Amino acid sequence: MSAPTDRMTRLLALVPYLEARPGGVLMADAARDFGVGEAQLRRDLELLWVCGLPGHGPGDLVDLSFEGDRVRVTDTAGLVRPLRLATDEAVALVVALRALLELPGLAETDAVSRALLKVSAAAGEPADLAGAVTVSIDAREQTLAVVRQALQAHRALHLHYYVPSRDERTERTVDPMRLLLVDGHWYLEAWCRRVEGTRLFRLDRIDDLTVLDEPSAPPEQATPRDLDDGLYQPAEDQPRVRLRLDRSARWVADYFPVEDVVPVDDPPGGLSVAVRTGDPGWARRLVASLGGAARVEDPLGLADEVRAAARAALARYSD
Amino acid sequence: MSAKRAERLVNLVFALLGTRQYVTAERIRSIVPGYEPADGTDRADEAFKRMFERDKADLRELGVPLETGRTSVFDTEDGYRIARSEYELPEITLTGDEAAAVGLALRLWQSAQLGWAAQGALVKLRAAGVDVDGAGTLPLQPRLDGGEPAFDACYTAARDRRLLTFTYARPDEDTGVKRRVQPWGVVSWHGRWYLVGHDLDRDAPRVFRLSRISGTPRASGPPDAFTPPADLDLAAVVARQVGRPEQVVVLTARPGTAVGLRRRATDLGPDDAGDDRLELRTTEPWALADEIAAHGPDVLVESPPELRAAVLERLTRLAAS
Repeated sequence: MSAPTDRMTRLLALVPYLEARPGGVLMADAARDFGVGEAQLRRDLELLWVCGLPGHGPGDLVDLSFEGDRVRVTDTAGLVRPLRLATDEAVALVVALRALLELPGLAETDAVSRALLKVSAAAGEPADLAGAVTVSIDAREQTLAVVRQALQAHRALHLHYYVPSRDERTERTVDPMRLLLVDGHWYLEAWCRRVEGTRLFRLDRIDDLTVLDEPSAPPEQATPRDLDDGLYQPAEDQPRVRLRLDRSARWVADYFPVEDVVPVDDPPGGLSVAVRTGDPGWARRLVASLGGAARVEDPLGLADEVRAAARAALARYSD
Repeated sequence: MSAKRAERLVNLVFALLGTRQYVTAERIRSIVPGYEPADGTDRADEAFKRMFERDKADLRELGVPLETGRTSVFDTEDGYRIARSEYELPEITLTGDEAAAVGLALRLWQSAQLGWAAQGALVKLRAAGVDVDGAGTLPLQPRLDGGEPAFDACYTAARDRRLLTFTYARPDEDTGVKRRVQPWGVVSWHGRWYLVGHDLDRDAPRVFRLSRISGTPRASGPPDAFTPPADLDLAAVVARQVGRPEQVVVLTARPGTAVGLRRRATDLGPDDAGDDRLELRTTEPWALADEIAAHGPDVLVESPPELRAAVLERLTRLAAS
């Protein structure tokens, strides 16, 4: 589904939008509210200016007035309210509000349920179709509530963080920046004082979380990460590990950023891929956890380590 | 959409919203600018007819309630009008915290499946005078996985209640099997998208991971072809199907190792060899077997025997690789 109707939705909404703001609106603010550039908004307004009721004489047409950067509607030609929500719009809205409602630890739960009632009433029948989509999020009540408390009070946090790639528990003091909910998992983005960098902490890997008395003070160089590139951002200068994946382990290529993907016939339906990692322990664990469904092609030393660990384990079982 | 066409459609809305009478196509042709004027030729009439048919379809697609009928019994053909009460979004007033909740909720769809619909809803609420803060002042950024090519077809078929046919492959299979399903709905459950519906060939409810559907699912047959069960809880259906019964597992781990496993385990104290005995519960024994095998000689399974066998099998394969 694309949105060929975006412009029509906007054109029909613009006059009521201005009508609801009799004092006028700055062009820049209106453009931002409609999610378009100022040039596009100007084109939309110019188009509307020649539209109106049949006859198209004075008094029939939409009339706008521009004062500096501010625009106002002086004649609506009868278009005073926006169009009802389309089915998909009502679904998007109701489903999202219901998902938020499921999240404990959100202080705004009360506001969410009030908004849900009002929006459902205004949307009418299409809201009933919201059953076609459900979003259910894994909520970690306790940690989420504490992190939110720290963010609101601008306090630093002390925590233990479990690093699965090294199977290690680390202790850190962090300056919280924001909470993220990405693909069903909650993350705290914070400045980590120990590594002196911005890091993402998955909430279900945090233990023993305490809000400190000292204020949260992320330094100037602490910048939020652009999530459009994905959560994992491997550095290009990290060494490569080449793996040969069985058919049953092909998900690895979807799950981790991989390079040089080559389909292979041995094993049938297999893939040869390269992964970049600065942590040989992570690669060893990944291969071992795949239980034989992946083989290390390079470096060979890594293959030897995996084999040796498995043999040592088998020896212990037969003792 | 060209500016000319957009202008014609907007004018059509103005014209039909401004009248209680039904307006005939011929009359619309003369009062709404932009239509091919009548010049007595069939060619011009045909061109107008095509244009008008397309415009009607576009307006209905937008959700404009276009009515057809006759104002009086003497009218010889149907006309068109838009009932204002059906067209207009009802009055809605949100307090500041309610508007903030709406803004936050809609960000869930940012660059995800229903993002364009969320944007449309946002535009209409703002046009109704509600000041929804889209950027948000809360340091909270929800987001759904955007890349799921089968979503649109599954969602649309569930919304319209049409039969859906697709090829579904388990991860260890190369070629999938054709499934015919009455789609009840799509669910994002803990970050993964699923389709829930009634599988016609198996005559039972089934749950499908969207990422395992190959190609584009095809909807067929009339809309409203079935009714999903009353009181359907999609998330609960997925949870039941995905989550299996819990098993109790006992492991032994060398001191100082298996930090991740210990986070979810109860420490039962050391065994005779000085290793720590750990008890934990799992609904996914195969995933746990993978995790245990990755610990090599540091972690051994004491019970249950099925899990012990599964780990031994993995270790044997790894040792031979």
